[in-house]
Amino acid sequence: MRLSADQQSWLEGRAGRAKQLAMELMVAAADATGADEFVPIESAHINSSHYSGQLSLDFAEFLLAEGATLAVPTHTNASLIDCSQPHLRPESSDPDAVRGSIRLMEIYEALGCTSMWSCAPYQQPEGRPAFGTHIAGSESNAVSFVNSVLGARTNKYGDLLDIAAGITGSVPLTGLHTDEGRLATRVFRVDVSDQLRADAALPHLLGIILGQETGTAIPVLDGLGPMTEDELKAIAAAGATSGAVGMFHVVGVTPEAPTISDALGGRAPGRDVDIDDAWIERTRARLSAVDNGPLDAVCLGTPHFSIDEFGDLLERLDGRRAHDRLAFLVTTSRAVDHELRLRGWHDRLLDSGVTIILDTCTYYTPVTDGVTGTVMTNSAKWAYYAPGILGVDIAFGSLSACVESAVAGEVVR
Amino acid sequence: MNGGRILHAGTATGPVLRLDEPVSFWGGVDPKTGTIIDRAHPQVGASMAGAVVLMPGSRGSSGTPGVLGEALRRGPGPAALIITKADVNLIAGTIVAAALYDVRCPIVQVDDEALASLSSASTITVAADGELVVDDSTSESNPPAGV
Repeated sequence: MRLSADQQSWLEGRAGRAKQLAMELMVAAADATGADEFVPIESAHINSSHYSGQLSLDFAEFLLAEGATLAVPTHTNASLIDCSQPHLRPESSDPDAVRGSIRLMEIYEALGCTSMWSCAPYQQPEGRPAFGTHIAGSESNAVSFVNSVLGARTNKYGDLLDIAAGITGSVPLTGLHTDEGRLATRVFRVDVSDQLRADAALPHLLGIILGQETGTAIPVLDGLGPMTEDELKAIAAAGATSGAVGMFHVVGVTPEAPTISDALGGRAPGRDVDIDDAWIERTRARLSAVDNGPLDAVCLGTPHFSIDEFGDLLERLDGRRAHDRLAFLVTTSRAVDHELRLRGWHDRLLDSGVTIILDTCTYYTPVTDGVTGTVMTNSAKWAYYAPGILGVDIAFGSLSACVESAVAGEVVR
Repeated sequence: MNGGRILHAGTATGPVLRLDEPVSFWGGVDPKTGTIIDRAHPQVGASMAGAVVLMPGSRGSSGTPGVLGEALRRGPGPAALIITKADVNLIAGTIVAAALYDVRCPIVQVDDEALASLSSASTITVAADGELVVDDSTSESNPPAGV
């Protein structure tokens, strides 16, 4: 392991106990992965700020008390609660978790972190690292998006390690930080009908399939046309939900895959996998338990809704109001909410019966209105996790179907 | 007598809990009791509290450091982990638990063959140099270390 003079002195505790502990964690990470050198990072996106019990709080208090400082700009992943609007989560639901989350926000802000509280940092300028730069990511969908769509480089850093990277400013040079570690090793040929190609659910369902099929390999999708960032976000989120996809390529779309040969680094892939209509429909059927009947909630914004997605939502609502019987919840970041207000969209959404939830996500946080019964979502990630965590029944559908169902108060296909 | 690569140093003695599959601490282990709660895991219901846990492979998740560290803070964490694949999230949990709470849970990496040969032991002692001392007697009554 090659350490700089600074790193060596941090490890010996000459820059305080916080920096020493952070450096110990990064050296352990390097040892575990077999890396023999570190690479500087330009920023960190951390999940240690997400309350997960007393240890997460004690660790943060330790960093603060020991005078930890950040080596690079560091911003926070989604919180356990809506820190901006705590009234949306009753404290009685779990007083320790609510108070702990607020305290973690105070601590990480005091340490100098940017209070981004978003699982989609790439929707904000400071969360969009340049092509080829190294960062430390934590949130699984963001790790995949940053690697795949922006061409920046990060492995997935667990809690405690992510902030240690922010404090030390470097990470072990291994895995997705290396040229070799980013090459595709499995080819997925998308051979589906025009009808499915026009279906907004397709990227979500492709992501679920990638997650289930690739294991630790890096997949390349061939046979898709131009895609928006929101569609690529859907692949990233779903692939990191049903599996552990940290990076994927789309031939002709993502920056490291102008051709299939580029994605593969000129090597011959193993056996190709063909994705057809039947496979997509089987995947869709497994995500969706409910086809019709009364609806209790619509949940959108997993990962956080982008400004373009809000534009799409307003267009489809067209001034109509969601049915009184249901909660219409959309999660997003403070930055996108700010933009909504500048554009005058915030009030239009409220007028349509939409509740905008910030900083968190509705698949794991109790919300005052309650998310129970039958819930419709356009997010495969939400549909995959929520039944186990919240005990709800899922109707998975496109944004258009979600809006029509919200207005009708029942599932509309 | 066996040796292994030290991933987190320390000494411990405890009864052996052999897992047939790796477990994700996050969502798979209750930090309040040390019990395996992943219903899909072959050893669901078994407790890690005070045990030297033998685990093949690795299923570390982002939440693993917090859950392992929390179990060690509360008491019912494992006495030691003997694993075949270095897992940075497990190591991070033990490093932070040691720094914050002075609780030691050594982690030793061995190969598959060594793990198989260790699994018949009733008690294992982890020495500071990574040596693993096996006690095959079934009447072993050493109290587990680290709890």
